[in-house]
Amino acid sequence: MDLSAINPVLLFASLMVAATPVLIAAIGELVVERAGVLNLGVEGMMITGAICGFAAAVTTGSPLVGFIAAAAGGAGLSLLFALLTQVALANQVASGLALTLFGLGLSALFGQNYVGLKPPPTARLDIPVLSDLPVVGRIVFGHDPVVYFGLLLLVAVWAFLKFTRAGLVLRAVGENHTAAHALGYKVVRIRVLAILFGGACAGLGGAYISLVRVPQWTEGMTGGAGWIALALVVFASWKPWRVLLGAWLFGGVTVLQLNLQAAGLEIRAEYLSMSPYLVTILVLVIMSGHRSGSPGSLGRTFHASQ
Amino acid sequence: MHMKKRTFLAGAASAIGVSAFGTVSAMAQDKKVKVGFIYVGPVNDGGWSQHHHESALAMVKALGEDKVELVEQDNVPEGPDAERAMTQMALNGCDIIFATSFGYMDPAMNVAKKFPKVKFEHATGYKTADNMACYSARFYEGRAIEGTIAGRMTTTNKIGYIAAVPIPEVVRGINSSYIHAKKVNPDVEFSVIWLFTWLDPAKEADAARTLIEQGCDVILQHTDSTAPLAAAQAAGNVIGFGQAGDMIEYAPKPRVASIIDNWAPYYEERVKAVADGSWETHNVWEGLSTGMVKIGEITDAVPAEVKKEAEDMIAAISSGAYHPFTGPLNKQDGSVWLKEGEVADDGTLAGMTFYVEGLKGDVPS
Amino acid sequence: MLRLEKRPQPSKTLSYVTPVLAVLITMVAGGALFAALGKDPVVAIRTIFWDPLFGQFAFYYLPQLLVKAGPLILIAIGLSLGFRAGIWNIGAEGQYILGAIFGAGVALACYPLEAWWIFPLMVIAGAFGGFLWAMIPAILKVRFGTNEILVSLMLVYVAEQLLASMSIGLMKNPDGYGFPGSRNLQQYPSAHNAELIPDTGLHWGVVAAIVVAILAYILLNRHILGFQIRLTGEAPRAARFAGVKPPRLVLVCMGTAGALAGMAGMFEVAGPAGQISAGFNTGYGFTAIIVAFLGRLHPFGIVLAGLLMALTYIGGEAAQSALQLPGAAIQVFQGMLLFFLLAVDLLTNYRIRLTKRETA
Repeated sequence: MDLSAINPVLLFASLMVAATPVLIAAIGELVVERAGVLNLGVEGMMITGAICGFAAAVTTGSPLVGFIAAAAGGAGLSLLFALLTQVALANQVASGLALTLFGLGLSALFGQNYVGLKPPPTARLDIPVLSDLPVVGRIVFGHDPVVYFGLLLLVAVWAFLKFTRAGLVLRAVGENHTAAHALGYKVVRIRVLAILFGGACAGLGGAYISLVRVPQWTEGMTGGAGWIALALVVFASWKPWRVLLGAWLFGGVTVLQLNLQAAGLEIRAEYLSMSPYLVTILVLVIMSGHRSGSPGSLGRTFHASQ
Repeated sequence: MHMKKRTFLAGAASAIGVSAFGTVSAMAQDKKVKVGFIYVGPVNDGGWSQHHHESALAMVKALGEDKVELVEQDNVPEGPDAERAMTQMALNGCDIIFATSFGYMDPAMNVAKKFPKVKFEHATGYKTADNMACYSARFYEGRAIEGTIAGRMTTTNKIGYIAAVPIPEVVRGINSSYIHAKKVNPDVEFSVIWLFTWLDPAKEADAARTLIEQGCDVILQHTDSTAPLAAAQAAGNVIGFGQAGDMIEYAPKPRVASIIDNWAPYYEERVKAVADGSWETHNVWEGLSTGMVKIGEITDAVPAEVKKEAEDMIAAISSGAYHPFTGPLNKQDGSVWLKEGEVADDGTLAGMTFYVEGLKGDVPS
Repeated sequence: MLRLEKRPQPSKTLSYVTPVLAVLITMVAGGALFAALGKDPVVAIRTIFWDPLFGQFAFYYLPQLLVKAGPLILIAIGLSLGFRAGIWNIGAEGQYILGAIFGAGVALACYPLEAWWIFPLMVIAGAFGGFLWAMIPAILKVRFGTNEILVSLMLVYVAEQLLASMSIGLMKNPDGYGFPGSRNLQQYPSAHNAELIPDTGLHWGVVAAIVVAILAYILLNRHILGFQIRLTGEAPRAARFAGVKPPRLVLVCMGTAGALAGMAGMFEVAGPAGQISAGFNTGYGFTAIIVAFLGRLHPFGIVLAGLLMALTYIGGEAAQSALQLPGAAIQVFQGMLLFFLLAVDLLTNYRIRLTKRETA
């Protein structure tokens, strides 16, 4: 065993990369859930984003176009969910699971011609001087733009929910849709917008995997990241900053596990792989002591005549 | 309504009864040989399933489309779904069915019992019957070549190994490449990461990056995606090898050579044997000598003398002059495994779950 | 302007008509998809929906339908009790895995002893394994108020790791040349969940599914507990006045669902699957959630929904190998079917009215 081989700076830098896809997807899902909707189709939207982004980037040669297409693809798929749950008033749990099944199939079908291709590289930010700083340079200034986008998105969502009137309305809809409706807010319209935002975020998170983290296209390549994103939202008890903490913890456990193995430490990989889920459960239990802030109308169907 | 359906189902099923299977398989008597393939992953996974699929296509091309009809099903989970997929193929008149994943062993055996006239071929297993053969490849021969090149080319003397699932085949691969890297470079050290999956590009990429960050400048992989090669390319001065397929799109660097699963000659031979009635069951384990394992082009990124050394070893293994597991070799705990000049027997290799001396860590169990 | 108006009672007629309607719409949309992929849509649809039931090889497919539908129905019925009461156990996949591990554990511990009591003991152990796994989210919910959707979901992943660990460790077949996976229980007569009548697909799990469907029907319609479940789902506040104790209901519903899912896993591992391996679970626990909703949470509806779902799997596979359709297309097709089934349910619960102008 040689733990000295583990470089904490690189470890932290990798952790940020590993955390980015689930972070972005989880921020989206957080907004959806704060609006009172439980969309379990994150995995399906992520994989759809992964292939849409990949296809667009390969075709146009531009990663930026790829990410935009990914957001559009994820939002497009989430529109189906919105139609089902907000217009046809179908059950959200079942619709979300069906969405994942559909997204996995659709992406595999669509992606058949994109196997074995290499996407255009997404440049790493390389600021002279700053990126060369010891420690800080690599952790803070050495990433690709999407990592920073994820962090900015987090700040933006936090500010939106906390300080804006629109954010307040969104939370009101999520807490008690009947009351919000009585106050004259368009519950369905707000929820549809939130769902679309969630879909776009999931799509972006998926594209980060296919365009930056791997980068290639393979069927089912998101490998359960969507479920982790769902877990993160609860782990964070619906608070944006804790999503970041959770994403880093998840990413950290993943990267640390690999590092410990590579350093020759005798650990049981399967027990380490379990730990993020067990930690989430533990956090849920601890949080329950305080008012955990689960949106009051989460997962409930709304119809104006009620 | 519910009850009607139920009685209908029970009635229809029992009326036809046991004899039905026998009559159906007898129908498959037209000129074309109908060949079934089932794959555990998608046929475009870039790895294991794709290369079985491509070998199947090559077989059809070689034998002629007027002689062979190909039926394929991919993404078949191991277990009852595989049993159903194979039964379906047998019912539809397949003369021979290739089950291309280890987990298909018991299902294939069950179906083989029901269809005595259909031939079954199971990849990488150990059970056979009168109408079920098994075949596997000596990938460890290719690993010896990889290990040699890796040992010669590392400058940090740290080699990373991305291992898939802890089964003997993977353990053999680690041992074989370690032995040969050590032979040409006594200072070499291996870092092994077990991923418990055959194909998960995101995990593979993370593992490759971790190994590179810990100073490895050669990455060997037993998982199927090109993600580790992409990570090696991004890192710059790191080399790797194609796995399952040639992965030539990453040549000449980071991909400096590759181990290719080339099943086509075997498939050709076996389907031909069905056509002329000479098919018999067997349990074969073929390697470089028959071409079931191939080494892809060794690129110019490899120094000429190293390339020569690798090529010599390919020739020696192919001719049978050299066996990659030749003593003296000790087990990890220091106990003697093979004495000077002794060669490992196939039985021990088939069930190898231990590391050789010098490797760190444990085989997960 | 279209407007939705909630029906005072869900329409009985429409609840029978809408699923048929959804299947028809799916056939049209799916046919278009298959045509777009260059396959004859009529042949494709016939291969999926008709051939397994009435085609040349129906004698094989019909029993397979039972094998595939059995676990789906068993799990879905357990889940439906909770869903009716607003208790969201979506971790049946994990409970299914634990049931298989416990059931197989008993068998492997007894191996190679042959005795009549081994199989019944495995059934009990399987049910207990699933029950135990479901009790974690249930007790946490009752004791701490944690969200059962997420805890049960998290536990699926823990269960999967546990399964992988078992298949390469504790339960690995000592005669398996170091390969992962347990002994095959199909070759251990006392533990084998064999077909009761050969080539009918009818194994104990299918029998259990039918029995449980009937019991659930009786429970929901004739028993006070069934009344409490329905009341809690429809009017939680009224339920409390009527003396329903929500914590007790959570424990009962989750526990039943877990035990049934565990039993399903045990029947599967001892029968069709035969062994514990890392890929043992193929998503029955998740598919069963959809089956429960497709069956409108009604026991007999679930039986039909389970059979329909099984048909799309089996017919889909047949289409895949007969027409060389990509497996992904089948997945998309199934997704469509689910969407349409969920969407048309609207007509059952709501009336669509034409109005002159939008009301606020």
